[in-house]
Amino acid sequence: MQPAISVRQLTKSYEEGSSGTLALRGVDLDVPSGEVLLLMGPSGSGKTTLLSIMGCILTATSGSVRLAGREVVGLRQTELPRLRLEHIGFVFQGFNLFPTLTAGENVELMLDLKGVSKAAAKRRAEELLDQVGLGNKYQAFPADLSGGQKQRVAIARALAGDPGIILADEPTAALDSHTGRNVMETMANLAHQRGRAVVIVTHDSRVTSFADRIVHIEDGAIAKNPEVASVPPGLLHHDFSQAVVGLV
Amino acid sequence: MPPLAQRNLFHDKVRLTVTLTGIVFSVVLIVVQLGLFIGFTTATSNLIDHSGADLWITSKKVPYVEQATAFSERKLNQVRTVPGVADAQKMIAHWTQWKRHDGGEDSVQIVGVNVDDPLERPWNLVEGRVEDLKTPDAVIMDVLYKQKLGVSHAGEVFEIGGHRARVVGFTSGIRSFTTSPYVFTTFKNAQTFSNLREDQTYFILVKVAKGADIQQVRGDLLAHVTDVEVFTTAQFSRMTTFYWMFTTGAGVAVLIAAVLGLVVGFVVVAQTIYATTVDHLREFGTLKAMGAPNSYVYKVIMKQAAISAVIGYVLGMIVSVFVVNASQKGGAAILMPTWMAIGMFFLTLFMCIGAGLVSINKVTQLDPTMVFKG
Repeated sequence: MQPAISVRQLTKSYEEGSSGTLALRGVDLDVPSGEVLLLMGPSGSGKTTLLSIMGCILTATSGSVRLAGREVVGLRQTELPRLRLEHIGFVFQGFNLFPTLTAGENVELMLDLKGVSKAAAKRRAEELLDQVGLGNKYQAFPADLSGGQKQRVAIARALAGDPGIILADEPTAALDSHTGRNVMETMANLAHQRGRAVVIVTHDSRVTSFADRIVHIEDGAIAKNPEVASVPPGLLHHDFSQAVVGLV
Repeated sequence: MPPLAQRNLFHDKVRLTVTLTGIVFSVVLIVVQLGLFIGFTTATSNLIDHSGADLWITSKKVPYVEQATAFSERKLNQVRTVPGVADAQKMIAHWTQWKRHDGGEDSVQIVGVNVDDPLERPWNLVEGRVEDLKTPDAVIMDVLYKQKLGVSHAGEVFEIGGHRARVVGFTSGIRSFTTSPYVFTTFKNAQTFSNLREDQTYFILVKVAKGADIQQVRGDLLAHVTDVEVFTTAQFSRMTTFYWMFTTGAGVAVLIAAVLGLVVGFVVVAQTIYATTVDHLREFGTLKAMGAPNSYVYKVIMKQAAISAVIGYVLGMIVSVFVVNASQKGGAAILMPTWMAIGMFFLTLFMCIGAGLVSINKVTQLDPTMVFKG
């Protein structure tokens, strides 16, 4: 079965004056569906650049990136939004919720982008919020939610597009350990129960236990062979993670 | 689409207030300046447009109505013999001096007409009758200039051109662009007040017979009556308006002020809409990362601009109507015809949408990786 994400000999350089900086140097990486992959490494190592390219937000200088079997390097800029919309859900460190929209409307926005009718989008948003344990927060504005609740709204929003790939950038960085664990359980369940490919950029060593694989990046290249981590026992029995099973 | 544009707009009340203030300021400034321009334009040709005549006969080289020179009134007989002329009357419009009770003097434009003829009779009478002008030394003036000329009521006696004059009635809203009020009287009195020789006139007004071609009659008049100019009413009106509004530069100044209003409004609105966009840049970046095409983001910005335009226009028009109504009591009327009120809506929309386009450029240049910066 083809991987959800397949990266081959990926390079990315940034022009800086007369010289250039090589952010990624020939990265090879496959992420199958149903796997939680952690991208770890020091600041400036190229983790976020790799995530951005896999998310079709940044274009590669050379190499190949295939999403759901489709080559994306070389696609026109105008083709990339549609690709993101169909295949990728993002979860950001800063949540990136729309502060002037309610939790429900934040989720509805994604569905609106997908062309779902207003009434159907409202119903679906209610379902998704309910499933991440925020059924009673539909009308709440982000400012009235805790960090963990905001991140769960962001996850509900990412899932609203029914993507095969979830890309998360430091999703637990702004959360306390308990909330961070809840969020990670949610992400892991999306992979293990719903077959999503989940790629998480993180510095947070507390979340490594949720990974199926950890890839270290240093100076724009994969530093060592991926190591396989086991799914923590009992994860699937957690109340919150069970609730997420019904997602999508 | 969830109400992102509306919420972004109404979320920051201070910024919304600044935006709307900019639009309202711009709308009011443009309405006032354009309204003044229209008011001035109307005032410059008031006398001509309300004459009821089809053709105006003047001496040679007359550039506008206030600059006429006298010619022999015997030409009236020649005019009346031209085929197609249904009616022809002598008429005077000339500067002279009005002496107030306090001894001060003001310049007025004496308008002398044949009271028994429909051509160039005073209109909008609010006190007295046109027929009252037949009484000795009688004059009719506009209520707008009562204070300026020191008049408190009908029946008062003054001096015009050194001769006795008695106010017998008042009109309303007959403004003079030059601020020298029009004072209506009989042709005979006007000759006296303006010290014109008895056999002279400044104009001959012509009413063309029904079915006759005005241009044909004009041509015939030029052929039969020597040393005169013959203008159609529309032509003479345009010449007079053009002189006052453009040759003197008065109209250009008002138009420039109107354009400045548009520019100032545009800059203020562009600046605030741009600032609002920059404030929400991260959200627009998130939208793009989520897969929204640029057109979706543009729609949000344009919607914000359009909502601002509608609210700003409504508020601006409320203020403008108040200003326009207040101006009706003054010497310089601000006019706002329906076409202008409608046009202002589209101009406001254009201004706000244009301002929104400045912001769109910023969003287009957005570095999409900003969404990953915590």
